[in-house]
Amino acid sequence: MEIPYTVKPRPDTGLYNAKVGIWLFLASEVILFGALFSAYILLRVGALDGVWPNIKNAWPHGLLNIPIGTFNTAVLITSSVTVVFAWAALKMNNFARFRICMVITIVCALGFLCIKSFEYNEKFTHYELRLKSGKAYTGHIEVNGKHPGFWDFGSIYNLARLETDKVEKVKFTADPPKAKPGEKHDESTPKHEVMEVATSDIAHLDAFIPRNHTFFAIYFLITALHGFHVLGGALVLAWFTFPGSKMWLTEPERFINRIEVGGLFWHFVDLVWIFLFPILYLL
Amino acid sequence: MSLKMFHVVFVLCSLALTIGLSVWGFGNYQVSGRPVDLFYGIGSVISSVALVIYGWVFLKKLKHISFL
Repeated sequence: MEIPYTVKPRPDTGLYNAKVGIWLFLASEVILFGALFSAYILLRVGALDGVWPNIKNAWPHGLLNIPIGTFNTAVLITSSVTVVFAWAALKMNNFARFRICMVITIVCALGFLCIKSFEYNEKFTHYELRLKSGKAYTGHIEVNGKHPGFWDFGSIYNLARLETDKVEKVKFTADPPKAKPGEKHDESTPKHEVMEVATSDIAHLDAFIPRNHTFFAIYFLITALHGFHVLGGALVLAWFTFPGSKMWLTEPERFINRIEVGGLFWHFVDLVWIFLFPILYLL
Repeated sequence: MSLKMFHVVFVLCSLALTIGLSVWGFGNYQVSGRPVDLFYGIGSVISSVALVIYGWVFLKKLKHISFL
């Protein structure tokens, strides 16, 4: 049985069915990401004023690496340009150019995910330390001569873990003090203070992971969800580029429509990042 | 909406981002005086100009494809 309206537009909608389908799907995605964006903004404006971690419930501003985020944004914009070039190449009957553009798109997607994993690594190995004396720091810890790593999830420490493992003291390399928003950074301040901290002096210790702060919870939720969309989109585009491209020989019009639908999804995923980047990294 | 139209929307959003980034970069430079912020501002302005040129060329090249 032939599937209707895969190539020709359906008379009542004026579009082929897959295009109607993808737009309905994207509408549901807007609802999903819209809810998460709203949650993020409400948490952000509801946070206490001040510099985290000095004030516990303040918003951890400036923890994300802006140059890396900017580079990743450029990578995704490039991938959107190449996916539209791929579609246009098929419209111009140029299959070789289509394949080159799609491969660049997929490489950009994988590059984005790779860079994102480095950012995650940076967070999973970064710690908040709060002492019983009231002082608070961010930095990196060394326990028994080892730096806890990203891929070894068992090596993420908190105070309970230190006490269970009977660790008496940790070496802590504190980040340089941060300037308050709107203030000039004092370059003469010491860069990285290294200290030995007794476990008995610690009130709170945890990595920059979801359980530690609302910011990390929603940051990892939104970016991981977006990352899964990037991965899913890249897999579909890879399928169209290699095994699925046989359709070009038998049903070229339908194949072009498939690429358009894939491209629409890809643009949506990239558009989400265009909104995510300034909200997460800059505000 | 076709991929062509969605791409135009995407380029416009990217343009808004780069303009916002340039304002952010120059604003930070005024406060901090760090060269990296100035670099950000200038880089974003260059990206904005590049996006405008790209969008114009894109529309010109694909004028035979429908917006629907």
